[in-house]
Amino acid sequence: MLLAVEPALWNSLTQYLINGLTFGALIALIALGYTMVYGIVELINFAHGDLFMLGSFASLSLLALLGFGGLGFTATMTDASSFVIAGVLIGCAILSVLFCAGLNFAVEYTVYRPLRNAPKLAPLVSAIGVSFIFMNAGLFWGGPQDVNFPDLISNDNLLGKDAAIRITYKDVLIIAVTVPLMLALTIFVKVTRLGKAMRATAQNPTAASLMGIDTNFVISATFVIGGALAGAASLIYAVSMNTISYQMGFQNGLYAFTAAVLGGIGRIPGAVLGGLIIGLVRSFGSAFVGEMWVNALVFGILIIILIFRPTGLLGTPVREKV
Amino acid sequence: MPIRLSIPLVALALVLIVGFAAGRRESTGDPTVIKVVSSLPRSGSARPQTDQIVNGIKLAFKEIGYRIELTDPVTQQKTPYRIDYFDLDDATAAAGQFTIEQEIANANQARMDPDVMAYIGTYNSGAAKVSMPILNRANLLMVSPANTAERLTKPDTNNRERHEPGCYRPSGVVNYCRVVPTDDLQSELSALWIRDLGCKKIYILDDNQTYGQGISNNVESFAKKYGFEVLGHQSIDSKSLEFSSMMTTIKGLKPDLIYFGGTTQSKAGQLFKDMVKVGMTCPMMGPDGCFEQVMADSASPDVFEKAKFYATFGGLPIDALKTLGGRGGEFIRGYKEEYGKDPLEAYSSYGYECGLVVIEALRQAGKKDRDAIRVAALTKIKNFVGATGTWSFDEQGDTTNQTMSGNEVAVTTNDKGERTAAYKFVKLLKK
Repeated sequence: MLLAVEPALWNSLTQYLINGLTFGALIALIALGYTMVYGIVELINFAHGDLFMLGSFASLSLLALLGFGGLGFTATMTDASSFVIAGVLIGCAILSVLFCAGLNFAVEYTVYRPLRNAPKLAPLVSAIGVSFIFMNAGLFWGGPQDVNFPDLISNDNLLGKDAAIRITYKDVLIIAVTVPLMLALTIFVKVTRLGKAMRATAQNPTAASLMGIDTNFVISATFVIGGALAGAASLIYAVSMNTISYQMGFQNGLYAFTAAVLGGIGRIPGAVLGGLIIGLVRSFGSAFVGEMWVNALVFGILIIILIFRPTGLLGTPVREKV
Repeated sequence: MPIRLSIPLVALALVLIVGFAAGRRESTGDPTVIKVVSSLPRSGSARPQTDQIVNGIKLAFKEIGYRIELTDPVTQQKTPYRIDYFDLDDATAAAGQFTIEQEIANANQARMDPDVMAYIGTYNSGAAKVSMPILNRANLLMVSPANTAERLTKPDTNNRERHEPGCYRPSGVVNYCRVVPTDDLQSELSALWIRDLGCKKIYILDDNQTYGQGISNNVESFAKKYGFEVLGHQSIDSKSLEFSSMMTTIKGLKPDLIYFGGTTQSKAGQLFKDMVKVGMTCPMMGPDGCFEQVMADSASPDVFEKAKFYATFGGLPIDALKTLGGRGGEFIRGYKEEYGKDPLEAYSSYGYECGLVVIEALRQAGKKDRDAIRVAALTKIKNFVGATGTWSFDEQGDTTNQTMSGNEVAVTTNDKGERTAAYKFVKLLKK
């Protein structure tokens, strides 16, 4: 029966799939930061979404500094050669990654570390506090309105101008950055010495430190890696969506947190799976249920999955973290 | 131990002090002062427009030197007054737009101060809904420079159950008037413009808020009259960050135009960007909530070159005001002298108009009396020569001004080769 469906419907289904996967990949990249930190210190770092938001403002400020327009920037740089744009993008990537990694490290060092042995609720409440501080910093930095992010990447269809399915450079960029990053992270945690130390710390911090692992260093490294991923995600997000605002950290952070829980918090493949599911539910939900109900749908599905699998899709009752 | 004890004591003392201070209110006021307050979203993304509205109001008072001499119509006694103007904010920085709590607080502040004789506001129709009943009980004149929701003054003929606008007038008298044409006129003129653009099939979106949904429902209801088909109508969640999947669906329907009932704050810019992103080139049209520079700044000029964005606006924009005689040109000259630049946001002339209405109502009433001023505004302002033309208030407080303008975001290139996008007046809309 499905085969009898018109080609036009197949085309739009493919398009929803592409839209969903690209948005989902972005969410997954942010979700990794939540899930890694939770896996290692059992803290839900609510400030992570807002860290991501500040990263995109850092990129925008660098663009302004380089003469590619300020916060109210509107002109595009069709004149600039693609070589220059590539250089600018790499510069922004380095800045946003370093900025977010450094900021996350600083927050861990100053806010969460003194609370390491405090009851679990204390760092959680501090994380919410940091989230508000970041959000207000973003409000001060970018103002209350949505801010346009310069269109650095062409929006032309790679499959030809009039092709029924659209795949743009932006879509390719999202996949080309997020997939290798996620693979690299998985390999890093599985293979390297630091990765092993992280897994050991996750399983039992006391035993790990008895075995000579510097757990404070390992935890700092986790925050730095999580922050770096948020920095990368912030640039890719800004370049492909072209709109940033001080509130986007909350919205995207909520999606990413949901993705992490959906996949089984503390599990890296779980965060990726959760992110992709959220992207697809948003995309197909908008098409077949209605744009207004998308958020209700995402969280409804979360609740249903948690009823049947309380530890998330990939979470196992025997907790194996990071 | 002493420190621990003192914290609750200090807290208690603070609560008591605040409580007593709040309770001690002056009941008489200053007999030489007339206070006028405005309540507009001064923080958040509507700030550029409200800056211009406030500039307009201040200009009107400045022209009379913030002084007015009232002649009592009965005793012919002349009394000079000083006008004190207070610019209140009904928004919070965190919300980025008006909040109901803040608007209620502003209305109560005005109500309880015996020197306040007029309340200029609100910007959002949703805010007016909460302050109208409060000010109505206080018999205080309220003049809005920007509310366009028609239910604030006109009953819904299809649904008598809703008790509008009666619920905003608990004392039974009319105290609210506005200098802008309402959404029903705006929607009809939008529908007319859609026909004139040659569009046969349109898709309608709204932001699920009072203003946006009202206006888009109206545009839909005029579809048959103006000969176009509505392919679909759905609400968006204005907290969503992107709409590319929804736009993919709409693209499949091949509309000639997308109408968005909403504002720049409820994601008009993102919708337009995503429309272009999925490869559509049809125009998008929005109501006056999208008619602001923030909209033209919300996307790169490239995007506005790929597809047109149209916005309707009540009354005439600054460009067209210049060509009119009377106070329109006078207002532009005065504004430029006072602030060193042209009034950019179109609402500035309405702010000025509100100031003029308050001054005229005070003069006609001839005394510092809330009820006399309210009656004067609603009965004596007829064939009034203002900045937006010659018009009157009808008995419901609506303006008789029935012209609007059609505008589009146009991209211009300066001599340095920099391209900028801004609204340009393209068409006078008239029934």
